[in-house]
Amino acid sequence: MNNVAVIDYGMGNLHSVAKAMEHVGSQLQPVTGEATEVVVTADPAIIAAADRVIFPGVGAIRDCMIEINRLNVGEIVEDAMKSKPVLAICVGMQALMSHSEENGGVDCLGFLQGRVRYFGDDLRGDQGERLKVPHMGWNSVKQQAHHPLWRDVPDNSRFYFVHSYYVEMEDVSKVTGLSVYGKEIVATVSDSNIFATQFHPEKSQNAGLTLLRNFLQWDGAAD
Amino acid sequence: MALAKRIIPCLDCDKGRVVKGVQFVDIRDAGDPVEVSKRYCDAGADEITFLDITASHEDRETTVDTVRAIAGQVFIPLTVGGGIRTLEDIRTMLNAGADKVSINTAAVNNPEFVREAAERFGSQCIVVAVDAKRVSAEGEPLRWEIFTHGGRKPTGIDAIDWVKQMVGNGAGEILLTSMDRDGTKIGFDLELNKAVSTAVNVPIIASGGVGELDHLADGVLKGEADAVLAASIFHFGEYTIREAKEHMAAKGIEVRLD
Repeated sequence: MNNVAVIDYGMGNLHSVAKAMEHVGSQLQPVTGEATEVVVTADPAIIAAADRVIFPGVGAIRDCMIEINRLNVGEIVEDAMKSKPVLAICVGMQALMSHSEENGGVDCLGFLQGRVRYFGDDLRGDQGERLKVPHMGWNSVKQQAHHPLWRDVPDNSRFYFVHSYYVEMEDVSKVTGLSVYGKEIVATVSDSNIFATQFHPEKSQNAGLTLLRNFLQWDGAAD
Repeated sequence: MALAKRIIPCLDCDKGRVVKGVQFVDIRDAGDPVEVSKRYCDAGADEITFLDITASHEDRETTVDTVRAIAGQVFIPLTVGGGIRTLEDIRTMLNAGADKVSINTAAVNNPEFVREAAERFGSQCIVVAVDAKRVSAEGEPLRWEIFTHGGRKPTGIDAIDWVKQMVGNGAGEILLTSMDRDGTKIGFDLELNKAVSTAVNVPIIASGGVGELDHLADGVLKGEADAVLAASIFHFGEYTIREAKEHMAAKGIEVRLD
């Protein structure tokens, strides 16, 4: 049994990611002979027993961090962050960074060294055209490195994004995917057993489902 | 490559069945929203909007089941609108698998509802649906007003002021329908769309009036829409999503074709 724990800290829609994981799990079963069980949970024992962990998040990072801190999620996931294959999605990825500039500054979990920054109210494209914030919709992702999660995902595939804040990594060598929205933005990062996406793979049709399928088979090694 | 403009087919559903007749030639059950959604998803739709027109509250349970079934099989964003009146309604739809909810009448009745919804669930999942009708006389500066009840009930609220207020309250996206154009097949009200799109900094979905593919392209190029919504031209098989995207791409619009 391939056990996936989707971390539940009360923020937003965990159904989508759980359903998508179940879907790719059932696609994989005839190939690998192994069933996938997806549990949405904040139970430390279940997370400790899981084979892999998904750290989701939607909405505002400030609100997410309030709930994460209130429920002591940082401590609950600490071991997993160091030892299991982890996929962090959207605000879940942002929450793993050290700091966010939202509302004068919010400390985040610090499992990845980077900062979360606002797009700004006057974002412009390369023709000088105004760009709306949030960055919402399908944008292409340029892969920056080989990674097991990119297997069978064509370079420059489009993924579904919805966010007003973006991540700046201290160590740019950890950036595994870039998009462009007014500027180059981090689409994915990889740090040993953690892979994080700014976009929503569970909403990105074939390219996203391929990435999730790869995650289900990933041993947590970077290449 | 840049952010793609989105094409969004809209399903009107009553008691869990697609109405306004979807007429795909080879579909087994054109009334089944799950099958229709899957079809659109496979054809390259960028999102699905599910509009519930079920009148009675009791039949809403069916809608929740339908949303759950669609979300279990369609892995693109799903917006659910129609009858969203309370925070509990929103929670129910998000838990069933909707990614966004669209709020219309409840926002007009109580603009603070949008603020509460955005604060609780995040702006990214709060779409405000705006039904606007041209009220300026010939020769006057253009002016549009908000209507409810399918365009029958005027509110006296100026459309541009209203959209600014809704975005200020936390709306993450505006679904803008021209009541003058809805069902006419003569194209979007491009002036309305441009006026709204330039007034606020969140994405605008143009709706109402699409009859041919040029209308979709015009919505983006002249109406400055970030996404275009259509129902009948796709339902009746006049055009496929793919044809719509190829047409827009030929006009220089960035679309998702992979």
